[in-house]
Amino acid sequence: MTELIVEDLTVKAKEAVLVDAANVRLAPGELVALLGPNGAGKTSLLRASLGIDVPASGTATLGGEDTYGLDPIRRARSIAYLPQIRPLAWPNTVRDVVALGRFSHGAAIGRLKGLDAEVVDRAIAACDLTGLAHRRSDTLSGGELARMHCARAFAAEAPLLIADEPTAALDPRHQFRILDLIAEFVKQGGGALVVLHDISLAARYAARLIWMKQGRILADGPPSETLTTERLEEVYGVRARVDGLRVEMDGST
Amino acid sequence: MTARQDWLIPGLAATSVLAIFAACLLGSTPLPADRVIAAFFGGAEAGDRLVVWSIRLPRALAAFIVGAALGLSGAALQGLLRNPLAEPGVLGVSATASLAATFVLYYGLAGLSAWIMPIAAILGALAATSLLAIAAIRTQSVVTLILIGVGLSSFAGALMSLFMNLAPNPFSLSDMVNWMLGSVANRSFDEIMLASPFLVAGGAILLATRRGLSVLTLGEEAASGVGLNLRRQRIATVLGAGLATGASVALAGAIGFVGIVAPHLVRPFVDHDPARSLIPSALLAGLILVIADIGVRIIPTDSELKLGVVAALIGAPIFVWIAMQRRAVHD
Repeated sequence: MTELIVEDLTVKAKEAVLVDAANVRLAPGELVALLGPNGAGKTSLLRASLGIDVPASGTATLGGEDTYGLDPIRRARSIAYLPQIRPLAWPNTVRDVVALGRFSHGAAIGRLKGLDAEVVDRAIAACDLTGLAHRRSDTLSGGELARMHCARAFAAEAPLLIADEPTAALDPRHQFRILDLIAEFVKQGGGALVVLHDISLAARYAARLIWMKQGRILADGPPSETLTTERLEEVYGVRARVDGLRVEMDGST
Repeated sequence: MTARQDWLIPGLAATSVLAIFAACLLGSTPLPADRVIAAFFGGAEAGDRLVVWSIRLPRALAAFIVGAALGLSGAALQGLLRNPLAEPGVLGVSATASLAATFVLYYGLAGLSAWIMPIAAILGALAATSLLAIAAIRTQSVVTLILIGVGLSSFAGALMSLFMNLAPNPFSLSDMVNWMLGSVANRSFDEIMLASPFLVAGGAILLATRRGLSVLTLGEEAASGVGLNLRRQRIATVLGAGLATGASVALAGAIGFVGIVAPHLVRPFVDHDPARSLIPSALLAGLILVIADIGVRIIPTDSELKLGVVAALIGAPIFVWIAMQRRAVHD
């Protein structure tokens, strides 16, 4: 079983400590939300966990192997990574972009064969993109683009998924749709770590919430235990009322 | 894969062959097609064979090879840098290769052996690519690579101007000008053979690593996420483009802009996929230079036009036009 285990991971940029001795676990079958204000170090934690950036100390292992120095192809087969969405360099078709997710399996996007083509079509169908498969990606709406990137991540058929703000700049309906897709991926046996800014949404979908502030993980547990008025004030500096999984924000402290 | 994509490569290849054949027909004394065909197969008069085999065919092939190398390098660099305005010139490779050639002319070393100048051009290009490869290991940033290229170009240009400024006599000055303007006049099969190992090596590296260029569409972070080894990809593309460009400068001097124009025209036909644009870009750029060189030979002027000048006259306005079309969203 592929499991991502991050132990005492510290990330520094020059003198500044971006992530301070973080411990995170991600196993197949669970949806985990990573919460925290801007600049809390969420993206730095993800990048160092994936082995894209060098940690100053601590370890991140994937199925027992250190992620830093792991061959990118092997890493990509174990863990799909959706960074914050950036514009594509070229106006490729939707199907071609989704097919890029098969890179670690050796597929060339213009000549998909057999299993690769099958998996790509399945990912396109799962993300409700079938009618858009041959559209140019620069003609898509924000919600459609987000679904395209999800399909690309699913096409990798990796057991784990890390998504950095996949619902950023989406309307409420599309936020639900993206999280439904990720929840379905988890139901099929995948494990997902998702950075979210909408706390109610996170509480509704995630089995575990990881709360981060100023590079430190302050709490890690199910919403019923970790989602409290005090925590929201401590992490985000907001006055809020919590009722079960409902959150009502009243203003900043 | 649509029908027009299936026909793109065979269509361009066939048109290129026709253009090279046409280049053998046309010239100061036009040869009819049957005499050219006879000369190809060892028939015809000795004079016809000489014209076809020693003058027109090598010249047309040189134009095609130079164009193909520049088109391939341009398409690959555009994929790597995710910018349709990139080309061998942007990374300073053409300029450094030309500088090396100018250097041997300035010191009169070119007279020692016919091979000195081509070798110098290739060494100049390799010096530039090595520097860029070292930079590519150290930096994560594409913008840094482009800036290093701009710096290399400017420095090479300044040194070339210095050589011309201090040229000992009008003859070496005119030699340098010839080299800087770019031409395939009077090329022989020997010169083509000397350039080809570098062309083949560069082309093979670029084609072998082209899948990574597709993935870079997503941006570097996501590309690395789907399994691309960024560092290796950068080194391979810079090295492959450097070898191919150096060899093309060795053959024809500095010829600009085909490396930008051809990929730009090809892209809509390959769904904007950088990997699929490589071979069609090479064929189209080769075709463009063969046709431009035919134009150079049949336009009646007192002193022959230089191929590089004609290429720039066509290419530079297109470069500006492409730049004007770009929106901030793509940066």
